[in-house]
Amino acid sequence: MRALGLLLFFLCSITAASAENLIITLSNHRVLISSNYTGTSIAVFGTIERDAQTVARSAGYDIVVTVRGPLQFLVVREKEQFGPVWINQGQQKFPMAPAYLSVLTSRPVAEMTSIQLRQRQKIGLWAIINSPDLTNERSGADQPFREALYRIRSQEGLYLEDPRGVSFLTPTIFRANIPLPATAPPGTYDVEVTLLADTVILDREVTHFELVKTGFEQQVGEVARDWSALYGLATALIAILFGWVANVIFRRD
Amino acid sequence: MPVSVLLILGMGAAVGFISGLFGIGGGFLMTPLLIFIGIPPAVAVATQTAQIVASSTTSVLGALRRRALDMKLGGILVAGGFVGSVLGVWFFAAARRAGLLDLVIVVSYVTLFTVVGSLMLKESIREFWTKRKGGSVRPRRRAGEHPPYLGWPLRMRFYRSKLYVSVIPITGLALFVGFAGALLGIGGGFIVVPALLYIFRVPTTIVVGTSQFQIVCTTIVALVLHAVQNQAVDLVLAILLIVGGVFGAQFGARVGRNLRAELFRFLLAILLLAVGLRFALELVVRPEDPFTVTTQEVHQ
Repeated sequence: MRALGLLLFFLCSITAASAENLIITLSNHRVLISSNYTGTSIAVFGTIERDAQTVARSAGYDIVVTVRGPLQFLVVREKEQFGPVWINQGQQKFPMAPAYLSVLTSRPVAEMTSIQLRQRQKIGLWAIINSPDLTNERSGADQPFREALYRIRSQEGLYLEDPRGVSFLTPTIFRANIPLPATAPPGTYDVEVTLLADTVILDREVTHFELVKTGFEQQVGEVARDWSALYGLATALIAILFGWVANVIFRRD
Repeated sequence: MPVSVLLILGMGAAVGFISGLFGIGGGFLMTPLLIFIGIPPAVAVATQTAQIVASSTTSVLGALRRRALDMKLGGILVAGGFVGSVLGVWFFAAARRAGLLDLVIVVSYVTLFTVVGSLMLKESIREFWTKRKGGSVRPRRRAGEHPPYLGWPLRMRFYRSKLYVSVIPITGLALFVGFAGALLGIGGGFIVVPALLYIFRVPTTIVVGTSQFQIVCTTIVALVLHAVQNQAVDLVLAILLIVGGVFGAQFGARVGRNLRAELFRFLLAILLLAVGLRFALELVVRPEDPFTVTTQEVHQ
C-alpha cells in the first residue's frame, strides 16, 4: 500500500516537472536485409504534447535524433614512415564505439544550446566522438585518432550529422529519416530523441529497432562463426570434390 | 563485401591458366591479386587455401594414375608441413592481433618473390647461354657426389626418388614451406619443386606429383585451422575462385606443352619479380589515408 502510494507520488511529480512530453514512433522496428540490400531508411515520427498550464513557447522547439548502432571494440591505427616503408605505428583503442552513429537535428546543434550542456548531455556528433568515455584521453594525442574514426566512418556513410535532418510538419509534430547504408551492420539500434527549447532539455525518449540479415550469405556467415571447425572441413571437402570433378572431366588418357 | 562475381571468376580463370601453363599452384599470384582488388589480406590468404586444395587435388589424382608420386618422401614432407602450418596459422593470428599482419604478409611476399624470382632468372639465363654454346644444360650427377648436408644422420632410402639422404634437410624444407604456405596463402609448389630438383636431385617426373601431394595435405590443415582460428574463410569467394581456376588451368596446361622449358622458366621468373615489385611499391608509397579502423570484436 505504501509502495503504491510512493509510486503514485513519483508519477505525479514526474508529470508535474515536465510540462512538455515527447511521444515518438518509428516506421519500422525490424529491418530485414537480404544479400542484394543496397541501403534503406527508417522514419521517426514524433509529437510534442503540452499540458494545459504550459503556454506556447515563442522561440519554438528543437529536436535532436541520435541513432547508435551495435557497439564494437575498434582499434584505429596510424601508418608512419619508418625508414623507406610505411607501417602501423601509433594506435588508439575505442572499446565501446557505435558501429553506426547518426545525429539528425532541426537546426545546427551549436545554435541550440551551450557547448557545456552539449558535451555533458552528448548532443551532436562531435560531443559523442570527443566524449571522454569513448576512448582514453592522452592529453591531445587521441584527437587525430578520433578525427580519423569520424573521417573513415563517414566515408562509409556510417557516421553522419545532418543539421536539417528533422523537419517540423506543424510546430509540434516532426519527422526525421534515418539513412541506413548497405554497410550498416546487423544488431540493435538505439534511437534517442531529445527535445530542447530555450537552450534547456525538456524531455528525452528512447526507442529501438533491429537490423536483421537474412538470406544465404548470412546463414553461411553464422555457420562460419558458430561451427568453425565444421565449416572449415566442409570447405575443404567441397574443394576436394571440385578438384576430383575437374580431374574426371578433363582426363586426358 | 561488394566485389564483382565476374571479376573473381575471370581472375580465377586467368591465374588458373598461368598455373596450368607453369605447373604451379597459382596461389602466389591469386592472393596478391585478391589483396590488390581490396579484399582484406586475412580473408584473401585464408580463402585462397581452398582454391589450392582443389587445384592440387586434380594434379595429385593425375599423378597417382601415372604413378609419378613418391609416397614416402611425400609423407615426410607432409609431416613436417603440418607442424609448419600450425606454426604459420598461429603466427598469422598473433600478427593480426598486433596489427602487423598486413606488414608481415607484404614483407614476406617481397622477400620471397625477389629471392626466388632472381634465382630462377639467373638459372634460366645461364641455361640459355650454355645451351647456345652447345653445352649440356645440367651437369649429370656422378655416383658418390653429394652436398654434405645430404649425408647428415638419420639417413633414409627413398626408392622411387632414387634417394638415400638424411631426413633433417627434408624436414626443414617441409617446415619452412608449411609455415610460409599458411602465412601467405600459397601452396609452396614454387619453393618445393626447385628445392627437390636442384638440392635433392629428385627425378623430374616424381617431383611435381610429390610436391602436389604434400601441398594438398598441408593446405587442407591450413584451411581448417584458418576457419577455426581466424574465421576468415569465405566459402562463396572460394567456390568462385575454384570454378574459374579449374577451367583456366586446363587451357593453360594445353598451351604449356608447346612452350620451351627455359623460355618458360624465364617467363615465370619475370612474373615472380613483377609481383614482388608490385608489393614493394605498396609498402613504400605514401598511403592515401595513414589511418585505418579495424573491428576487434562486436558486443552483443
